[in-house]
Amino acid sequence: MSSFLPPLGAVLPELVLALAAIILLLVGAIKGERSANLVTGLAIAVLAAVLLLVLLKPVVTLSAFNGALVIDPFSRFMKALALLGATVSLIMSVDWLNREGQNKFEYAVLVLISTLGMMMLVSAGDLIALYLGLELMSLSLYVIAAINRESVRSTEAGLKYFVLGSLSSGMLLYGASLLYGFTGTVNFDGIAKAATSPTLGLVFGIVFVMAGLCFKVSAVPFHMWTPDVYEGAPTPVTAFFATAPKVAAMAVFMRVAVEALPNVTHSWQQIITFVAIASMVLGAFAAIGQRNIKRLLAYSSIGHMGFALVGLAAATPQGVRGVMVYMTIYVAMTLGSFACVLSMRRNGQAVETIDDLAGLSRTRPLMALAFSGLMFSLAGIPPLAGFLAKYYVFLAAIQAGLYGLAVIGVLASVVGAYYYLRVVKIMYFDEPADAFDPMPGELKAVLSVSGLFTVFYFLWPAPLIDAAGAAARALF
Amino acid sequence: MEIGLSHYLTVAAILFTLGTLGIFLNRKNVIVILMSVELILLAVNINLVSFSMFLGNIVGQVFALLVLTVAAAEAAIGLAILVVFYRNRGSIAVEDINAMKG
Repeated sequence: MSSFLPPLGAVLPELVLALAAIILLLVGAIKGERSANLVTGLAIAVLAAVLLLVLLKPVVTLSAFNGALVIDPFSRFMKALALLGATVSLIMSVDWLNREGQNKFEYAVLVLISTLGMMMLVSAGDLIALYLGLELMSLSLYVIAAINRESVRSTEAGLKYFVLGSLSSGMLLYGASLLYGFTGTVNFDGIAKAATSPTLGLVFGIVFVMAGLCFKVSAVPFHMWTPDVYEGAPTPVTAFFATAPKVAAMAVFMRVAVEALPNVTHSWQQIITFVAIASMVLGAFAAIGQRNIKRLLAYSSIGHMGFALVGLAAATPQGVRGVMVYMTIYVAMTLGSFACVLSMRRNGQAVETIDDLAGLSRTRPLMALAFSGLMFSLAGIPPLAGFLAKYYVFLAAIQAGLYGLAVIGVLASVVGAYYYLRVVKIMYFDEPADAFDPMPGELKAVLSVSGLFTVFYFLWPAPLIDAAGAAARALF
Repeated sequence: MEIGLSHYLTVAAILFTLGTLGIFLNRKNVIVILMSVELILLAVNINLVSFSMFLGNIVGQVFALLVLTVAAAEAAIGLAILVVFYRNRGSIAVEDINAMKG
């Protein structure tokens, strides 16, 4: 052992976040119910500070705690993205929760704790750290889904998420135990060295681990919880669920596949290919009949996870870069869309059916313009950001020789365009419903930034692509 | 008969299957689902400890202890969510968890 103290500097952002969560919990417990706005404000400041810490720390590759945590450019990129999603969704939630009279300080604290879990997950260098990070994230998310204790739908969302989530954690854990048993180590690098040929036990382990991870990114066939949880949970919670946890889960998915199992690529490539196809197709077809905008966005996110997994199926640095670009653009588009959904409020009452958007172009022309830009981008219409995101993952799939996957992906995105364009049609060509209440300033800001990013991203794509490319190379 | 690694793995696999079936086939009570989840975690722990014994590697037992800890936290959170759900719905029967469909 080189020194008595473990290298704590390497995990400074995580330490700050953990301490802040404990302190804010104490502040909330001491000051009581009235402290909700103070705690939420401080939590936003902490998340922003941790985001800065992650970005300003020198870009290095090192491992801490005997390889349990890995700090590298890849984890830096994905951590920054998850923190961005968490910060912005927490900012967007303040006004909504206050109006519904549900602003509890526990919400902000739980967001902090689950974000800490995400950061551990992204940095995980062995199976134990992976499992602990995943559970820290998931256990907080189960509670956040049921945060509105008086509502049947919110508690039901929490219960469904909990039951299916713990089943999937069990599956992941069973797979982890098999990986440990058949390679003799829990460390990803060690597994990569030991797992050179796909033996039966190893393949079983890979299948179970992938099943657990597919649940966390809500890929078909483990997507059943997504529509119900998205619909039942309070809308700001849904906005949080749709962004940060997806980023973290996708990051650990890539790390497990690429870093721990590089010599048995063929075994997991088939699984990812199947899951990607199933998610893209289900996301495209199941969303068509939806009337609730949150449910629609749930199916949309299932489809988008399918598209992102296309890049992982390629199992090349280009593919991983594609996934990272895809997740960045997905987070930007999703935050913007939820800024719109959060501002759907008529006479003080939150509404969430698609028909409530009717004639939005006449009552709120700018919001309709931004929302339709986001819908076009989610559908993947060139030259918007959503199109470029899809372009990079499909390009990687074609370079890896997965032509069938790329063709099915393009067809699924054509089918998916139907329901996005239906939202645009309802906003522009249907008889106007009553106008929505004025939009709070922070939602306006998020919507503008996200709208401008998706529309004008194609003018200056290089910085994001280069950053993602450099980060992706760290995994190979 | 010598009891070897494969016997332990078989017991764990049977327990894991029972737990999974318990979640999917159970149509009555959410508590039974919570018990099935515990069964799955038990199967995992048997796997980890027996692998650890036969590999002569202590990490598996450390992992099993951490799994036990997390399982306790998970059960606590699950029961808490179940209690708030019961207060709203007045039932914890699986067929009554149906406010949202589609």
